[in-house]
Amino acid sequence: MSTSSGTPESWISSFCSLLGHEYFAEVSEDFIEDDFNLTGLQNQVAMYKEALEMILDVEPEEDEDDEEEEEEDEEDISGDVRDGPGGRERRHHSRVASDLSVIESSAEMLYGLIHQRFICSRAGIQQMSEKYELGHFGVCPRTNCNQTRTLPVGLSDIPGEDTVKLFCPSCLDVYVPPNSRFQTVDGAFFGRTFGALFLLTFPEYDLSRSGAETTANLGRAAADEHGMINGMYARNIAPGLGRGKIYEPRIYGFRVSEVARSGPRMQWLREKPDDVAILDEASNFAEEHGAESDDDDESMNMNSGRPAARRRLAAANNPALRQRQGQNGSPMNVDANGAESEL
Amino acid sequence: MDDYGTESDSDYTSYWRDWFISSRGNEYFCEIDEEYLTDRFNLTGLNTEVQYYQYALDLVTDVFDLDCDDEMRETIEKSARHLYGLVHARYIVTTRGLAKMLEKYKKADFGKCPRVMCNSHPLLPMGLSDIPNLKPVKLYCARCEDTYNPKSSRHASIDGAYFGTSFHNILFQVYPALVPAKSAERYVPRVYGFKVHAAAALVRWQNGVRDDMRRRLRKMEVESGFKDGEDELDEEDDDVDEDEELQQQQQLTEYRGGGGAAAAAAAAATGPSVGVGGEAQMGSVA
Repeated sequence: MSTSSGTPESWISSFCSLLGHEYFAEVSEDFIEDDFNLTGLQNQVAMYKEALEMILDVEPEEDEDDEEEEEEDEEDISGDVRDGPGGRERRHHSRVASDLSVIESSAEMLYGLIHQRFICSRAGIQQMSEKYELGHFGVCPRTNCNQTRTLPVGLSDIPGEDTVKLFCPSCLDVYVPPNSRFQTVDGAFFGRTFGALFLLTFPEYDLSRSGAETTANLGRAAADEHGMINGMYARNIAPGLGRGKIYEPRIYGFRVSEVARSGPRMQWLREKPDDVAILDEASNFAEEHGAESDDDDESMNMNSGRPAARRRLAAANNPALRQRQGQNGSPMNVDANGAESEL
Repeated sequence: MDDYGTESDSDYTSYWRDWFISSRGNEYFCEIDEEYLTDRFNLTGLNTEVQYYQYALDLVTDVFDLDCDDEMRETIEKSARHLYGLVHARYIVTTRGLAKMLEKYKKADFGKCPRVMCNSHPLLPMGLSDIPNLKPVKLYCARCEDTYNPKSSRHASIDGAYFGTSFHNILFQVYPALVPAKSAERYVPRVYGFKVHAAAALVRWQNGVRDDMRRRLRKMEVESGFKDGEDELDEEDDDVDEDEELQQQQQLTEYRGGGGAAAAAAAAATGPSVGVGGEAQMGSVA
């Protein structure tokens, strides 16, 4: 411990400064030392103990006895994970280079998995926001997003499934990082949650600040400063989408018709209502179905009336319809909660 | 410029156009036929656009024999590149030009779509304007029908007018069989497995827009081009058919509400989802 805090190049900072590891935050040692934060990782990483020591720059030779015990623990664990290298474990007293490289790779895996948890913690997300401010994660390649800064995300929380991707808060889509060196970074080291959680944690970020239309955006921001819709500032709901931000195919200036075989079919993906207020389904429902919305019973009746009519037309065994009926109950709950959250 | 000086002066084996399209940064260009370049009709109006038009044209067609200083030569060289680009925009919408660009497209010479859900679909170069010196070249993905910035800065500085606003659309008009199947697959932001309310509401609305479009197209008996995820959409389509009977009596607005509900039901069936209240709570916790 004493050595690691003193040396400028800890394992963690040297790992984060490697080429291709630019997206990683430096997980604080306090976070790693709290066993609660590591719950369950023992079963996911081979040679867990050694890997953890490597990450924390703890010298295994420091106290022989302790290490002996740990070694035994570790053998039990790793025995489950990999059955092959039992023989290699036994001659750990003279740790060979191949052993070190195995530990090195499990240390990277372990660090990645801790990192996935860390960047969703308060300290971690703060550190990531600093990196975001500095533009460490690159910008969206989409033309109409005007260089909005992106966030690294994974498409899976399980390691080994997919590489890291970039989430653009402006068009709510994910992109492959432009540089191929990131194609070796596991997406699980960032996780599925981080991107969306970041936007919820820092709702006041002006997402298009680095864009070309900063000034235009400022004007708009002043207009709807207080506009909160569905728990986000209205101006921050997909600012890169909607009218004027959708590519319109043209030939010699004439728009290609939707009816053409090669006509536009994907514009919905970049669509956004001109007035985002219509996305506030809960309040709209409350308005539409009686301003006396406290009166749950009445709206419930109205609501169940419609599906009943529809059901008569539909085949009785249509699962999608039944699903919808079930769904129709829930906007009621939403009604109350939506009102609360607006307060 | 060194390449040019040594190679084309020495021999007739290497031509200016060969050098141009093979030099670094010019990977997006295809070679323009000699016949096309020498037909004056194809160059109509370019003489006012390009400085030292005649010399530049001579250089491009390898008949340049003016003795001049390096500075002059550099200027003419620059004009020649500009001229080539402008002719290129006209050439690539001809039958032969389209075929050449198609070859490059198939080899993914223009790069691949960065959007994850497009699965590295090849891109096509395009301009956002037909007037030179306004906007740099962009890349068009036929799968998501959106435009992207080139990855490398040496491509990002090419003038978009050298490809034009029409080329990529004409290509798919001429080769309709090449229009890629569209996919409804998309990314949905989640926090610990739960959809985020603001994004999920937008996704529901967008799905409604898409379903409206598919319904419109079906009425006109036009192929909508959505190939994958057909099974998943089928359920929705059944709904839609039944809804369509209702629609004759109902208002369009009310109908849209129905479509939204269907999308919500489908979403609930496919993945973990919480009600609006739960999502709002997520927001307030964070």
